[in-house]
Amino acid sequence: MSSSLVDGNSLLAIDVGAANTRAVFFDVIEGEYRFVASGSAPTTAEAPFKDVAEGARDAITNLQKVLGKNLLDASRGLITPSQPNGSGVDALVVTLSAGPVVKTVIVGLLKDVSLESARRLTESTYTRIVDTIGLNDPRKPNQQIDSILRLRPDLVVITGGTDGGASLSIQKLLEPIGLASFLLPEEKRPAVLFAGNEKMEAEVKTLVGELATSLHFSPNVRPSLETEDIDPAERELARMIINIRKRQIKGVDLLDLWSGGHMLPTGYATGRMVRFLAKVYGSKKGILSVDLGASAAVISAGFNGKSTLKVLPQFGLGENLAGLLNYTSLEEILRWSSLNISTGVLRDYLYQKSLHPSTIAATREDLALAQAVARQALYLAMQSARRDFPQNIASLKPNLTPLFEPILAGGGALSDASRPGLGLLLLLDSIQPVGVTTIIIDQNNLLPLLGAAASQNNILPVQVLESGAFLSVGTVVSPVVSASYGVPILKAKLSYENGAEARVDLKYGTLETLPLANGETGQLSIQCLRGADVGFGPGRSGTIPVSGGALGVVFDGRGRPLELPSDAVRRRELIKKWNWTLGGE
Amino acid sequence: MQAPVNHIIGLTSIVRERLLPVSGKVLVRPNQKVSPMDVVAETHWAREHVLLDVARLLRISPNAADRLVKCKVDDKLAASVEIAVGKGLFPRSVRTPREGRVVAVGGGQVLMEVGETKMELRAGIPGTIIEVIANRGAVIQTAGALIQGVWGNERIDSGLLVNIAEKADGVLTVGKLDISLRGSIILAGMVKDAETLQAAADLPVRGLILSSIFPSLLPKAREMRYPIMVTDGFGSLPMNSAAFKLLSTNAKRDVTVNAEMFDRYSGARPEVIIPLPISASPPAPREVETFAPGLQIRMRRPPFMGMIGSIVAVKPGLSALPSGLRAPAAEVKLENGETVIAPLVNLEVVG
Repeated sequence: MSSSLVDGNSLLAIDVGAANTRAVFFDVIEGEYRFVASGSAPTTAEAPFKDVAEGARDAITNLQKVLGKNLLDASRGLITPSQPNGSGVDALVVTLSAGPVVKTVIVGLLKDVSLESARRLTESTYTRIVDTIGLNDPRKPNQQIDSILRLRPDLVVITGGTDGGASLSIQKLLEPIGLASFLLPEEKRPAVLFAGNEKMEAEVKTLVGELATSLHFSPNVRPSLETEDIDPAERELARMIINIRKRQIKGVDLLDLWSGGHMLPTGYATGRMVRFLAKVYGSKKGILSVDLGASAAVISAGFNGKSTLKVLPQFGLGENLAGLLNYTSLEEILRWSSLNISTGVLRDYLYQKSLHPSTIAATREDLALAQAVARQALYLAMQSARRDFPQNIASLKPNLTPLFEPILAGGGALSDASRPGLGLLLLLDSIQPVGVTTIIIDQNNLLPLLGAAASQNNILPVQVLESGAFLSVGTVVSPVVSASYGVPILKAKLSYENGAEARVDLKYGTLETLPLANGETGQLSIQCLRGADVGFGPGRSGTIPVSGGALGVVFDGRGRPLELPSDAVRRRELIKKWNWTLGGE
Repeated sequence: MQAPVNHIIGLTSIVRERLLPVSGKVLVRPNQKVSPMDVVAETHWAREHVLLDVARLLRISPNAADRLVKCKVDDKLAASVEIAVGKGLFPRSVRTPREGRVVAVGGGQVLMEVGETKMELRAGIPGTIIEVIANRGAVIQTAGALIQGVWGNERIDSGLLVNIAEKADGVLTVGKLDISLRGSIILAGMVKDAETLQAAADLPVRGLILSSIFPSLLPKAREMRYPIMVTDGFGSLPMNSAAFKLLSTNAKRDVTVNAEMFDRYSGARPEVIIPLPISASPPAPREVETFAPGLQIRMRRPPFMGMIGSIVAVKPGLSALPSGLRAPAAEVKLENGETVIAPLVNLEVVG
């Protein structure tokens, strides 16, 4: 397989999701990389297939129908490199989010230091922390052993000790890990990542090396008390997750082989792309990507050299959905609903959807329920991710969402481009952006695939991003202000390229739009009233260039944080009204 | 497009693999007939471990402690047995706190497993052993009716099937459970309160086959020692007509309820098996189907959730749904005579 793509080689990207597998074809058209077509098929990780390669082949078969050329040979093997007759493809990348959540035990010294880093590291991929072992753990070693034996983790992440620092305490913590692994049947032993004191490598190998299915080392996530450096460990962990999936799901090894050993967890690939974008397009504001799918909510943010990646399976809309109630109440979910739905109906919905995660809403009522659940899941995911955003990033108020430009949104719940207003309102409600930002819908869910491709070809992602493969919903203006409902908070004038003008008077508690088509630009003059702040400073006015999108320029005057009326009837009426404003029904 | 399949079949060959989670002893042999409650394999399982830090207790180095430890791996020791004695005029000693087996010695420590318990793997279905898997379990084959469900409380039992659900959307209440049902497997409708589950336990019954259950009752259902299998889901769902018809026409027969937890990755599903006499081995159920006209399906999401129908045509391309979403869909004729367009992902093949 060719490893160079810069000479205009074609690229096939496969994303194996929890519900669907997508095959996406990129090729050089008129000298630039373009997204050409995609095909999808149900993922086949589950019984009776238990082989993800089958679903990948089905997705490629469907892609072939669109492309009108063969990518698979008669025995359903990948044709590579591309052939003179036009069949085949030059390179392949694969991302994977299918599979059961990876049960993880984290081990570290101090709760607020190394264990906190271990948590952050572990939350960068498709894991659930099932136990935490630290210096302050009141349990005896034998109780820790019994806990590991009972939980049977797939993965143990060990942190602790600055480089050259504590070693005896870590040794003590490693003993129960080694003994528990020894007692587990060989095929059930966990993979172990050591991301602590680098001077302890030999001791770690002695204590757990032969007892883990695999032992990996990464640079210390806490080389000193003040410094946290998770990125290298994230990279190692991403590779470990693929290896764990190889043990769990048939076909992962074949797809990894097809990709030349470059398969990545989908969340990690998204994070890599956001880091890449933050570098290429870096501004004072951050770049945010949110992806709400069946397997997890993935929040990735890049800020001027720093990044945060959160993969949160507990907020995925698939098989874990019933578990959402561990983090929120039925009432909190229903506050987002435009329909009067009982808590009992919602509870039944959550459990039923967990049984059949790939099903979709066929009726308006069902969609309203699904959208309310998606809002709350993404809202919680955002709250969770915000806790780990770096300090000193651009924001208008400390407890609000930081300033982002742009915000990219993908995943099953957000990428329906047929009604962008529906997706936009969901994003505004759950992310609650502030100031001025562009919202872009990743309607083909390309972002992780571009992230996977970036490792082999850094031209392709940039050219595809700028080719119109993503749908700009428009520019959103969200002032931070306190006022009563109906009070004017902002006046704006949009000057079009052709000299025409459009104006809006924004009142508190309302949404307004001004048309500005995709590809068009304009000058937006904003006059802030009542101390409203859109990024110029409280009460300050200014003029900025804006670009258009499916909904033009959207003004969200509902305040930050968004507070919904406590009266249910009035709340539902308002939600309906907001829906109508953005083109919904 | 490939379709998920839920088996509701009047007569089929059923082959099930029963495996211990860890290595153990297989108690059956090929061609042996087994009943559902027969133990096919067993293993011993230590519930707890005790770590004796000999070095720390004797206040010596780990190497010195290792030299003083008297026990070795696999030794079975009673409680209060001395496993190490220190040196000096008044030497300290280390004794076993409980009866157990030594599983590791080294580094100045002794690890023992205590509280050993026997784990028995039951056949789960009546049938014939067709393969023994060394140290792990066996493969069992039988023939009969098979009805799969969506939720189970991880219990198994067999008994006479008694139908007390007059219709598919009946509700099982305490008042419907009388002493005549003792020892039976009960075909009931939906359950809406914990008292009914408890009343069934008090009789006791040997199993409940329910159409649906309130999610709030799941913890209680897991506590019950009799098997509970749910055919359709959560809330107030009637039993799908295919399952209700097949089960109700088999009332008064011996049935087995294997209320396994649904595991989408392994394919394990809760199921009812009704052994039937056969003259020739019936075909095995099809595990994989492709959506096509004529296939019997069940709706998995509103509208008409749980309703049985048949595919009239698979629509080309994407179809617009009342929700506004667009998806591959099929024209489905429902059992009530209505014809609807349903997204393929909301259907599962029944058969």
